[in-house]
Amino acid sequence: MGQVNATGALDRREVVQKLLAGRKDLLVVTGLGSPSYDVMAAGDHDNNYYLWAAMGSAAMVGLGLATAKPDHSVLVITGDGEMLMGMGGLATIATRKPANLTIAILDNGHFGETGMQVSHAGLGVNLDRVAQACGFGWTREIRDMAGVDDLRGRLSSRDGVKLATIKVKAENPPRVLPPRDGVYVKNRFRAALGHAPL
Amino acid sequence: MSDAGPTPGSQVDWRHDVFRILKEADVKHVVYVPDAGHSTAIRLADEDNAINSVVLTTEEEGIGYLAGAWLGGERGALLMQSSGVGNCINTLALQACTRFPLLMVVTMRGDWAEFNAWQNPMGQATEKALNLMGVLTWRADEPQDVAPLLHGAASMAFNGDAACALLLGQRLIGEKQWVK
Repeated sequence: MGQVNATGALDRREVVQKLLAGRKDLLVVTGLGSPSYDVMAAGDHDNNYYLWAAMGSAAMVGLGLATAKPDHSVLVITGDGEMLMGMGGLATIATRKPANLTIAILDNGHFGETGMQVSHAGLGVNLDRVAQACGFGWTREIRDMAGVDDLRGRLSSRDGVKLATIKVKAENPPRVLPPRDGVYVKNRFRAALGHAPL
Repeated sequence: MSDAGPTPGSQVDWRHDVFRILKEADVKHVVYVPDAGHSTAIRLADEDNAINSVVLTTEEEGIGYLAGAWLGGERGALLMQSSGVGNCINTLALQACTRFPLLMVVTMRGDWAEFNAWQNPMGQATEKALNLMGVLTWRADEPQDVAPLLHGAASMAFNGDAACALLLGQRLIGEKQWVK
């Protein structure tokens, strides 16, 4: 093992900006911490659902949403630490094989929100290979912007469940905070899909 | 139970009632960590093409899943054993902060005539722990109470964006036979 994977070279904000450019009706779920800030920095959107807690839940929120909305493409953007806490969810998702779900892990190999402690991913655990072993149809480790471009092209294909770990630099860009009112974000998201509040 | 004579509830098939009430509540997703007490509902959900039946590796996955399904406009329910409630505690913040309907059906251990004392700590804390996290709870110990109580819990979850749990008592489920 060792820290061979501890850092990547990509800029997380640039990666997310690229993934979400021209997004159309893409539905986006973000894991707590930096991924939420990155998605907010790329532009707030009615089709964004930001998590501020429930660490480990982002991928499962994506599974429930993708299952309920098979005619939409769903993208979960989360971090390696958040995904590690819910790693069993990869097994659950693999059994369901939602064709319209993609998980993009911004992997800096660290717990960035809490002081940049090295994570399991930084110590050599490859989450894309975990997903592959679980049965995901398409997995990648992405280390350059060409790979990000390729992933972006696949987001709307809805031809199988996908997961990519994207190796980004271990740094915390200035926080861009999404709304913290969970009821507001939920109702806004549902309204954009035509679902009324109670 | 060896001493159980005919009771008003003895003709009630509460195991089928659980699934029937979920269907009546328009539940489209049944997510679960298996328990023997839920085996009928799980089997019926697996067989129903209108229901997404999802086995979880750990119970808190179900909270995220149901939050996502609700974002997409669909209702679900989480089935688990009382030990799984402990796994859900932190994740219940997702329901508290976003207010989506979270219906849970919990089969109890460490509750009555428990052979395995290792089940007792979580079993005894289950209802209190749920209440501490803001979950509304009811418990059924008689077969005839399951349907009305589950109907009530579902009604308050889906009409109130609330977290509601029905606990199915160990007396209802029956004593687990460890030595045959």
